[in-house]
Amino acid sequence: MTVLDHRNDPVAAVPGWRPGATAPRTDPAPLLPDPEPHRALGTAAADAADPELLRELYRRLVAGRRYNQQATTLTKQGRLAVYPASTGQEACQVAAALALRPQDWLFPSYRDTLAVVARGVDPLQALTLLRGDAHTGYDPRATRTAPLCTPLATQVPHAVGLAHAARLAGDDTVALALLGDGGTSEGDFHEGLNFAAVLHAPVVFLVQNNGYAISVPLTRQSAAPTLAHKAVGYGMPGRLVDGNDALAVHQVLTEAVERARSGGGPTLVEALTYRLDAHTNADDATRYRQAEEVDAWRAHDPVRLLEDALRGRGLLDEQLAADAAEQAEQLAARMRAEFHADPELDPMSLFAHVYAEPTQQLREQAEQLAAELAAEAEAGSGGHSR
Amino acid sequence: MSTAVRDQSGLRTGTMAQALNLALRDAMRADKTVHVLGEDVGALGGVFRITDGLTAEFGPDRCLDTPLAEAGILGTAVGMAMYGLRPVVEMQFDAFAYPALEQLFSHVAKMRNRTAGKLPLPITVRIPYGGGIGGVEHHSDASEAYYAHTPGLHVVTPATVADAYGLLRESIASDDPVVFLEPKRLYWGKAEWDPAAAVEPIGRAVLRRPGRSAVLVTYGPSLPVCLEAAEAAKAEGWDLAVLDLRTLVPFDEATACEVVRSLGRAVVVHESAGFGGAGAEIAARLTEKCFHHLAAPVLRVTGFDVPYPPPMLEHHHLPGVDRILDAVARLQWEE
Repeated sequence: MTVLDHRNDPVAAVPGWRPGATAPRTDPAPLLPDPEPHRALGTAAADAADPELLRELYRRLVAGRRYNQQATTLTKQGRLAVYPASTGQEACQVAAALALRPQDWLFPSYRDTLAVVARGVDPLQALTLLRGDAHTGYDPRATRTAPLCTPLATQVPHAVGLAHAARLAGDDTVALALLGDGGTSEGDFHEGLNFAAVLHAPVVFLVQNNGYAISVPLTRQSAAPTLAHKAVGYGMPGRLVDGNDALAVHQVLTEAVERARSGGGPTLVEALTYRLDAHTNADDATRYRQAEEVDAWRAHDPVRLLEDALRGRGLLDEQLAADAAEQAEQLAARMRAEFHADPELDPMSLFAHVYAEPTQQLREQAEQLAAELAAEAEAGSGGHSR
Repeated sequence: MSTAVRDQSGLRTGTMAQALNLALRDAMRADKTVHVLGEDVGALGGVFRITDGLTAEFGPDRCLDTPLAEAGILGTAVGMAMYGLRPVVEMQFDAFAYPALEQLFSHVAKMRNRTAGKLPLPITVRIPYGGGIGGVEHHSDASEAYYAHTPGLHVVTPATVADAYGLLRESIASDDPVVFLEPKRLYWGKAEWDPAAAVEPIGRAVLRRPGRSAVLVTYGPSLPVCLEAAEAAKAEGWDLAVLDLRTLVPFDEATACEVVRSLGRAVVVHESAGFGGAGAEIAARLTEKCFHHLAAPVLRVTGFDVPYPPPMLEHHHLPGVDRILDAVARLQWEE
C-alpha cells in the first residue's frame, strides 16, 4: 500500500486521458475564498470563543508588540545588525505559533522571528541571524522550526517536502510555511504550492499580505482578485482572513492545520494585515506610504481589536492587564539582558560545518586563519599584524 | 535498456547506464530512506533509463514522478531530507538543472553550515552532463564549474562503469550533498566490472595510465579522449600518464601534485569553457604547489569560451586528440 495511491488522492483519481473527457477535473467552487475576509472579533464567534484562548492570545499579542519594540531598540543600540519588524502583524505571528502542536513544523521567513519566539524558541537564539553572530541560533530539529529563510519563498517547497515525508512515514505532522505578499511572485511559491497539491501534502501556507514588498504595493505585485484566489489554480482551497483579527487567524489556521492533519491536503491562507513599521530599521517608509494610510491601519491595530473584544465580554480585568504587561516586560528585560553582552565569537568556527569532514583545502585554510589570529594576538589586542 | 539486476557471478559486462541503475536499486534495497524523485523517472525510467524499473520494484512513493519544475523538485527534496530521508534527485539534462540553482546554492550547499551542523542534507543530485551526443541546444552543457565553485557541495563525476556504480553508492551514503555529474556520452560504453569490488573513495584521484613524459589531468567525459590521445602520443615519442580526478570537490591535490612533481609537465583537459573553469583552478594549484618541479607551465585544453554550439559543429568545440597533442607539444621539450 503506497501513500501516493490513485484511490486515495483526489488529484490522481482522474480517468485516463481520452477524447471528450469532461473539464474541469475538479469543481473549483469549494476552493474559492469567500469574498469577505473571515472575521471573528466583534461577531458572535468572539462571544462563543473560549475565554482562556482569548486571554492567551491577548497576553501573547501584548508581549509580541513589546518584542517588536525591544528588538527595534536593540538595532538603535547597535545590538542587532538589522531588524525587520512585524509590528502590526502580531496577530498572524502569534496565531501561527499557537495553531501548531509540538510535532508540527514551522517554516518562517526573516520577518517571522516573533512567531519563532512564540513557538518557544529563546529570543537570543531566534535573533542570532539578525544580530549577525550565527545564521541560525536554534536547533531546527529539536524545535521543529526551520531556519529563518531570507531568499523569498524558497522555504515553501521545503515545507512541502517535509510534510510529504511525514505523510509517507505515517506521522501526524503538519508543516506551516510563512511568507509575505511579495513572496507570492516568486517561482518557488508557485512550484511549492503545485507540488503540495499534487502530492496532497499536509501543509498550510500563510501569506501575510501587509500591502508592500519593501516599497512596491500589492497592485504592482499581482493582478489576482486576491492572493487567496491563487489557490484555486493549484487545486487547493484558498482562505481569506482579517490578519489583524487574532481570533479569526487562529480559527482559520487551526481549521487548515486540522484539515491537513486529517488527510484533506494543503490550504493557502491569505491574511490581510499591515506592516506598521518600515521594512527594516534601514528603510524609510515615508518615501512610499502616506501617513493617512498608516493612521487608518493604526485604528485597526491587532492589539487594540483584541482589547476591545475582551472588554466587550468583560474579560479585560485588572488581573489580565497586569499579567500581560508583566509578561511583556519580562520578555523585554530578558532580551535586554541577553543582548547586553557581546556574543562570544570563535573565528575558527568558520570551518566547523562546511562538510561532515573538512577537505584538505579547508584544513589548510583553517591553519592560515589560525596563523593570522596568532599574529594578531602577538601584535597586541586591536593592533594590526602588519 | 534491460533491467540491470545484479547476478552473483561477480565480473559482468555492462554499460555505465546499467551500473547507475543497479547502484540506485541496490541503494534503495539497502536503505529504506533512499527516495528517488525527478521528471519521468517512474513509468518511463528516465529519459536515459537510469531509473528503469525502480517504480515497479519500490512503488511510486520511493521513485516519484514529479511535476516539471526543477526548483520545486530540489526544494521538496530539501524538506524530505530535513525529515530524515535520503533523496536522490534526477535532473533531466545539465541545462535544465539551472532553475534549481538557487535551491542548490542557497540551501542545499549551506544548510549544514547555517545550522551549525544540526541539519545536514544527505541529498544526491544526479545530472547527466556534457556534450558529444548530438544534442540540440540546452542538452550538452558541461556545468561542473558552477557546482565546484560553491562551498558545501561535493562534486563527483565518474568516467568508468565501475566508478559509476561505486561512486553513486558512496554519494547516496554520504551525509553531505553531492552533485553527481554523469557524462552522458559515456552512458552506453560497455565494460567488464564487478559491482562487489570496491572502488577508490570520493576525493581520490586514480592514475588510469602510467607514463614517463607528462600527465594529462582530466575527469568525466574527457577521460576516454585523454586515453586515446596518450595512445596516439606514442607515435610522437611521448609516454603520457592520464590522471582521472573522479571528484572535483574534494580535489585530490596530494595525488595530483605527486604525479606532476614526478613528471614536471602537465596538461589539464576538460570540455567545458576554459575561462573560470575547473581547469583554471587545477592549473593554478598545481603551479603553486609544484612550481620548482615544473619544466613547463601547466597548460589547459578545454572547450572554447562560446555557448555550446549546434550539434553539427560540436566536434570543433570539444577537445580532441589533436588539440591535446598540440598542447603536449608546447610543454617546452628540450631539443
